[in-house]
Amino acid sequence: MIELNHVSKYFGEKQVLFDINTVFEEGKVNLIIGRSGSGKTVMMKCLVGLYTPEEGQVLYQGRDFHHMDDASQRKLRAEMGMVFQGSALFDSMNIEQNVMFPLDMFTEMSMEEKLERVNFCLQRVDLPNVNKLFPAELSGGMKKRAAIARAMACGPKFLFCDEPNSGLDPKTSLLIDELITEITHEYNMTTVINTHDLNSVITIGETISFIYQGRLEWRGSSDSVLTSDNAALNDFIYAQPLTQRIRKHI
Amino acid sequence: MIQRLLTIVGEYFIFLRKVFSRPEKWSVFFKKLLFEMDAMGIGSMLIVSIVSIAMGSVITMQTAMQIESSWIPTWTVGFVSRTSIVMELCPTIISLLLVGNLGSRITAEIGSMRVTEQIDALEVMGINPASYMVLPKVIASLIVNPVLIIFSICFALIGGYVTIVLIGNITPYDFMDGLTYCFRVYDVVYAVTKTFVFAFVMSTVASFYGYRIDGGALELGKASTQGIVVSSFIILVLNVLITQIML
Repeated sequence: MIELNHVSKYFGEKQVLFDINTVFEEGKVNLIIGRSGSGKTVMMKCLVGLYTPEEGQVLYQGRDFHHMDDASQRKLRAEMGMVFQGSALFDSMNIEQNVMFPLDMFTEMSMEEKLERVNFCLQRVDLPNVNKLFPAELSGGMKKRAAIARAMACGPKFLFCDEPNSGLDPKTSLLIDELITEITHEYNMTTVINTHDLNSVITIGETISFIYQGRLEWRGSSDSVLTSDNAALNDFIYAQPLTQRIRKHI
Repeated sequence: MIQRLLTIVGEYFIFLRKVFSRPEKWSVFFKKLLFEMDAMGIGSMLIVSIVSIAMGSVITMQTAMQIESSWIPTWTVGFVSRTSIVMELCPTIISLLLVGNLGSRITAEIGSMRVTEQIDALEVMGINPASYMVLPKVIASLIVNPVLIIFSICFALIGGYVTIVLIGNITPYDFMDGLTYCFRVYDVVYAVTKTFVFAFVMSTVASFYGYRIDGGALELGKASTQGIVVSSFIILVLNVLITQIML
């Protein structure tokens, strides 16, 4: 479980996160949703330690991440996996080396064991026979899957995905969503996804935190997101003609 | 302006502290070090040899043309050429060439990793990106650049010798006599020391400019240019200082 307690973040004089309090539950797919520029990515970066919040705490199973000693922080980071918006695969390495990278850095496995684990992860994300290809040779969806394979290589307890569906067609988006949900439940991970893809919101969001102008405006589940009476949330959810049509039938 | 300069200098030293921290895993570090040495050394050998031969040839030709008085012994051409090549031209000019060649490559590589969130990915994994990416490059350049300069000196002297054989102003024997006249190992030590310092400046400044990119492709281009200009400027200033101290 990950908790955010009164988290505020400033860039110089500008405050971008205002006193955020929320919980991301274990074994569930937790979504952070909101419009572009609302502070979702900043919140995600505070969660994974790329930014340090000026106020408040980020608690991993009760331990304050930003006030841990270096060794504990490194140990905790080894339990994290992250899928970036642009996949962030290492250009100079092929897919096999990319997925093997965390194993090289954090385990003492033999080469055979590492290869076995890499092949298992690639099979799991439905990417067989791409071991020797470089990221530039893969499609957007394949890169995302390879990034998921790399994130799950060390068996993380916490999986973070920053807009995993951006730039993908609806069918591939659905596959990525299904894959993330499956591995979350399979390995009982705490998964946090930053998204503004409404299909993800409706289909995979077990807990949803809606960020509006840097504040946590609403928190609930996919069952309640469509019927909420929060005006800012409704503006976000029903912004498109398609969702406006759906609203008429609710 | 001064405050900005001091901020950048401060950031540079904080960056160096991050770079010179213990690698996460020595086996991975040595693998990366060998890769960088190969890329830097073999990758630069052709351009270094071409420029060195041309430089040696031109400096010998010019010296031979300037020293035509019968009062000055002909071996002076070899002596002056050797001194210029060993002590100044190869260490400084080739280091500046390497700033353009290797420095821009380092800035572009690290900068593109920053822009495409690969550095963030390393940080999230708990790996110190500065140490993981930059330290092998710095150590590789500290090893490879002096070796390249030694090769460069040899190529330049060969270029000078071939020129003397072709233009025939003086005999190759006199030229060789000048090349070996009053040869001091200290001159080579001085050249290698300079190269070593220049290699450190080139690799760390280029990495620093790539590492601190905040933006997209436009910033990447700007950072490459800034990295080259700043490294070249520091190298030229240090050249004066080292010459003052060592000679």
